[in-house]
Amino acid sequence: MTHAVLPDTETRSEPGWLRRNKLAIAPWVFLIPALIFFAIYVVIPIFESLWLSLYQWNGLYDAEGNSTAVWVGFENYVKLWDDPNFWTSLRNNIAWLILYMLAVPLGLFIALFLNQTVTGMRFYKSMFFFPFVISQVVVGLIFGWFYNPDFGVVGTVWKAMFCEETTNILGNTTFVCERPVPDILSSEQWATYGIIAAGLWPQIAYCMILYLTGLNNVAADQIEAARLDGAKGWKMLWYVVVPQLKPATFIAVVVTVIGALRSFDMIAIMTQGGPFGSTNVLSHYMFEVAISEYGERYGYGSSVATVLFGIMLFFISYFLWRMYQDEKGGR
Amino acid sequence: MFLNLKTAVAAIALSAVAGTAFARDLVINFDDLNPGPKKGFEDAVEQFKAENPDINVIVNINDREAHKTAIRNFLTADAPDVTSWYPGNRMAPFVDAGLFQPVDDVWEENGFGEDLSAIKATMSRDGKIWGVPYSYYQWGIYYRKDIFDLLELEEPQTWDELLAACGKMKENGVTPFTIGTKFLWTAAGVFDYINLRTNGYDVHNALTAGEIKYTDPRIVATFDNWETLINECGFVDNHASMSWQDAIAPFANGDAAMYVMGNFSVDGYKNAGLTEEQIDFMPFPTIDASVPPAEEAPADAFFIPTNAKNVEDAKKWLAFVARPDVQTQWNKTIGQLPINSKADISDDKFIQEGFALLNGATGLAQFYDRDAPAAMAKAGMEGFQEFMLDPSKKDAILERLDTVQTEVYK
Repeated sequence: MTHAVLPDTETRSEPGWLRRNKLAIAPWVFLIPALIFFAIYVVIPIFESLWLSLYQWNGLYDAEGNSTAVWVGFENYVKLWDDPNFWTSLRNNIAWLILYMLAVPLGLFIALFLNQTVTGMRFYKSMFFFPFVISQVVVGLIFGWFYNPDFGVVGTVWKAMFCEETTNILGNTTFVCERPVPDILSSEQWATYGIIAAGLWPQIAYCMILYLTGLNNVAADQIEAARLDGAKGWKMLWYVVVPQLKPATFIAVVVTVIGALRSFDMIAIMTQGGPFGSTNVLSHYMFEVAISEYGERYGYGSSVATVLFGIMLFFISYFLWRMYQDEKGGR
Repeated sequence: MFLNLKTAVAAIALSAVAGTAFARDLVINFDDLNPGPKKGFEDAVEQFKAENPDINVIVNINDREAHKTAIRNFLTADAPDVTSWYPGNRMAPFVDAGLFQPVDDVWEENGFGEDLSAIKATMSRDGKIWGVPYSYYQWGIYYRKDIFDLLELEEPQTWDELLAACGKMKENGVTPFTIGTKFLWTAAGVFDYINLRTNGYDVHNALTAGEIKYTDPRIVATFDNWETLINECGFVDNHASMSWQDAIAPFANGDAAMYVMGNFSVDGYKNAGLTEEQIDFMPFPTIDASVPPAEEAPADAFFIPTNAKNVEDAKKWLAFVARPDVQTQWNKTIGQLPINSKADISDDKFIQEGFALLNGATGLAQFYDRDAPAAMAKAGMEGFQEFMLDPSKKDAILERLDTVQTEVYK
């Protein structure tokens, strides 16, 4: 008898550890799946990559499944320092970062322009937003064709202006040009800017949509008050509207910086880093030396990845710190 | 119930016995999904099955690019008994990692040392032979016969004749050469040939093996000849933004008259609307008459992974694919050349000319990106493209290639 009663009273008076801490535990239970995947696919690979950058490895395992990697310490980083392709890539990354920032003001101006009530405005807005919806690969292809000196818009317009249509030796139509058609994507000087221009197209659309939502929250009474005080045009924009768009600007800058550093797709589609490596950026150079057909230097690729990771970490830490400060201030 | 169980057990036991006695699995990974090559391979497999009814052949055919990635994993993780791959430096990483096994015995037993002698050096590494080739194809100059006829030009045999022919073409508004260097490797074909003609096979081989420098006077001479070719002959504008297929357009339109290419390109010309009468093939002209003729002839081969489960039958397959009758049939289907010197060739004119060309060769280069290690090939081909766009950068390019070479062959 006593045996049957005792456990019953115990559970009632002393709730289980789980039950006592359920408020503390519940969030973790929900977080665990995400954390596991985040660890497997993001955190662990980062450390693996850091570790691999200290090896020389062609990515192969021997017949028994042992890695053929050889420890070389910091040699990969020493090589990187002397590698002109690395510096070209880094320089291009900086060009991307600076020029990509144009997306923020341009997005703002398009947003201001579209922030009117006209019939069919939703349609125009969606048209402006369209490039962001289509894949980067498609944007790269379209611009690749656009720049093509033979059949692209650039080539056709140039031919109409500077070339003469004649027939060649076999009687087929051909063009003789006073000046050769500019071949933007094959020019060492211009190819990177050509790709950045292509990348800006969807990025401007992205910034525009961020600002359009931001503009919805601009306080009408403040605009009204400023107008009564005689503010208009640039002053109105700079001192009244832009400060209220600060959250949108912050996000626009963050996504643009990250977008610039991640600029891989367009380069892979439009030039594969060419001509002779002059349009490489770090992300594509990493792919090229490690994974591409002529790569197979995984250690070296990892050291490139590590440098890129360092640069990203710098920006991301800054952004996180800013957000943290803002949240503290908001409290 | 008991009876049923007993029958079932017996049936399983019987099928297991039959399985081991009857069908031995032979897994072959092949790397070409294009209709022609796929059919050539599948026909050969059918014939092999008919001749060896006790072998159960399982084939995995993959796309060429996908195969290049997949082989890096499957050789370790899930090795087939036979896989297709490329000789020369392309097989080197796998040989060095111990992932392929030597097949010298197959060569000895079947007398391949004689029948496949042209390719033996290319299939060897560290004094052992690692695979058996089934096909190769020639490189050379494909030209517009109709344009040559209009300008009353003969196939140039020597460098001077080539330059003279180019002069005549340019006078008549024809760009001598078309090329598309966007994906780099096409430029390597031009380099290989000029180097083979300027310095011969041994020097070329020593260069791709990292034994001589790019700033070596002999290699500089090659680049000087190349510069002459660019200045006096010339390539189409905008070649750096064209693939090799794009570069067929000016060739088909009659704007350009010659194309340094491999025999696989003939299909491309025909698809662009050219007929066999309009196009022809000629060997790359001699530059130095004292240099023995060597040609560019990339081969495709089969290898046995170290982790293969059925090595015995894999070796049977290797012996089979090098047999004269098999190579004859296979290469007729895919429009390439058999390597076995006892095999017959089809009556296609490009194949005939290629066969004559390669039989007269004293050395066969595999192509720059197969002869040189990957990292060197990449830097080298970028250098070639840069040189073609601006020959004045020659010295800087060659010095850079020297730096890469020191690094890669260390």
